[in-house]
Amino acid sequence: MPTHAYVPHAPGYVDNDGPKIVTARFPYEDSFTMGRAEATGAYDGLRAALERTPAEVHNEVREATVLGRGGAGFPAGVKWGFMPPGKYPYYLVVNGDESEPGTYKDRLLMERDPHQLIEGCLIACYALGLAQCFLYVRGEMALAQERIATALNDAYAKGYVGKNILGTEFSVDITLTWGAGAYIVGEETALIESLEGNRGMPRLKPPYFPAAIGLYGQPTIVNNVETLANLPWLMNNGAAQYKTYGSEASPGTRLVAVSGHVQRPGVYEIEQGVTTFRDLFYGDNFCQGIREGHELKMFVPGGGSAPWFFPEQVDLPLEARDVGAAGSMLGSGAIIVMDETTDAVKAALRLVRFYARESCGKCTPCREGTTWEERVLQRILDGEGRPSDIDMLLDIADNISPGPYPNAADPAQGLEAVPFPPKQTTICPLGPSSVAPITSTVRRFRHEYEAKITKRDSIPVSAAPVAGETMESQA
Amino acid sequence: MARFSDANLAIANEIISRYPRPKSALIPLLHLAQEQDGWVTDDAMRHIAELTGTTPAEVKGTGSFYEMFKFHPVGKYMVNVCTNLSCQLLGGEELLEHAEATLGVKAGGTTADGMFTIEDVECIAACTEAPCLQVNYRYKLRVSNDDFDQLIDDLRHGRTGIPEHGTLATVRQSIPAEAGAGIVPPEEAREAPVWLARNEVEATDGGGDA
Repeated sequence: MPTHAYVPHAPGYVDNDGPKIVTARFPYEDSFTMGRAEATGAYDGLRAALERTPAEVHNEVREATVLGRGGAGFPAGVKWGFMPPGKYPYYLVVNGDESEPGTYKDRLLMERDPHQLIEGCLIACYALGLAQCFLYVRGEMALAQERIATALNDAYAKGYVGKNILGTEFSVDITLTWGAGAYIVGEETALIESLEGNRGMPRLKPPYFPAAIGLYGQPTIVNNVETLANLPWLMNNGAAQYKTYGSEASPGTRLVAVSGHVQRPGVYEIEQGVTTFRDLFYGDNFCQGIREGHELKMFVPGGGSAPWFFPEQVDLPLEARDVGAAGSMLGSGAIIVMDETTDAVKAALRLVRFYARESCGKCTPCREGTTWEERVLQRILDGEGRPSDIDMLLDIADNISPGPYPNAADPAQGLEAVPFPPKQTTICPLGPSSVAPITSTVRRFRHEYEAKITKRDSIPVSAAPVAGETMESQA
Repeated sequence: MARFSDANLAIANEIISRYPRPKSALIPLLHLAQEQDGWVTDDAMRHIAELTGTTPAEVKGTGSFYEMFKFHPVGKYMVNVCTNLSCQLLGGEELLEHAEATLGVKAGGTTADGMFTIEDVECIAACTEAPCLQVNYRYKLRVSNDDFDQLIDDLRHGRTGIPEHGTLATVRQSIPAEAGAGIVPPEEAREAPVWLARNEVEATDGGGDA
């Protein structure tokens, strides 16, 4: 059994004695209340921002290189600069629709420290002259919705949000809004569609990104919860201090969730670009090793959409550039660790099934392709696979994401890394994401696929397993 | 089969007032309908269409895209067991099988007494605490079979405090009229926000130094 060194009131969060930029309030049981927040410096970052001009605040964010923490890792300060001048009103949409398999950090940030998030939203609204902020929380997160509603009501009562904030000319409303169960709504243009009251289907981009044409056709900044949660600390401490943490290319910290077959799974605040996967998996302050008696087989380094890594990649730092060159991405900071007992085909199928279920249906290669992928994988797992099925899987994958798909190097087979990102025949990356588990496992564990497929030859036709039966049940 | 009650109509109008365009309130209003009746009825969708200036078809068109909206009666408690990869690795599928065997229905089904609906759901963002589930979107973490049996017993006897299906947050946002900055349609917000003028003042001052 894993040891438990969790903060009891914040299940999943593990305090690892590292720098705390976004989890500083987590050790307090009542961290989400206005009383605790104010007693620990909440809204001081807002006050610091209001003492400067909006342009100076924007410059500070640009200077600090606050990378987006939602998945793409694009610098927030640069994204903010893409809004066309003078085309008012501008809007802020906060992406709290966290649904990527393996990911949860935004949920903890929303549940444990809603005031930090609200303060971050206000700093962004002040810097950019935004007319209104929409805080979009995933539908399934009832507690996060409740905590944010309470925090907003308290913040309005105290004059931190609304009209003439803290006695200044700065006025902005924050509207709490929430979804209803659709992974694709985490994609920023789908999020905007959802917020306009529509089905959450992504919009074609380029040419127009939300910063140019977004909510109601107006310039709109879509930022992730964790990205905005960094801003209060940044305003209090400055870009120079922020950059003393992490690496030059990826300053600051980020939250990662390590789940699966490790001794102490948890959500850890780590220094970007410094901490390695080995530190995370085996370090005493982190996961304390693979579960007892087992060894690492493979891991997903950045959410269900990331190509998989293997033991050869554990010494990479959690640095976007390095991980991208090595064939995957850090994405949403979700790391899923699998030991040698894991059936590669079964694990791949589970993620592929997710994409098949969550495809919005707008683009044909994804709508049809993800379903085909799931069916073919299912029949291989059921012992019904055909010899041509591996090639068929790769062919379907190539229709969604043409060309060599990003993959880790495999020295034993003499295969080099194919760098991230993949190409796509679809509007958004959901379809191409479904390819990651397939190419990652076929390339590395083709023998597992073949063993399941050829096994069928040895089974008399009359004893062929029925759909739904698993390999284990035949063994 | 109900339209919004008077109390919920007032809440619905307050929700609408927090968006620049009424249609943006569509998803929160569908949740409110589900909170009122346990599922989304045709009459509720007609009422939402009236309130948001849309058609019932548009309301259903949007609503049917989203997993959480149910257009038929479901159990008092939705028991959503996660089987995505992190949970699968640590027994999520076995937990779902146990749930199905215990309650006597397959995922997607509702028990004959209308108490429970089981769902086989995608990642619910508690991956380090696998296997996990939600009951009406409230978490239960590291759930063993025994934990599950106890949970069902507690739910049957009303010992959990979990509200009936449809209720999400038990606290609603409320912006007092005098405290709000003013939410208006984009057409009425074409002017630059007043505080941005600070940049111009600064630029003028800075220009003198340069």
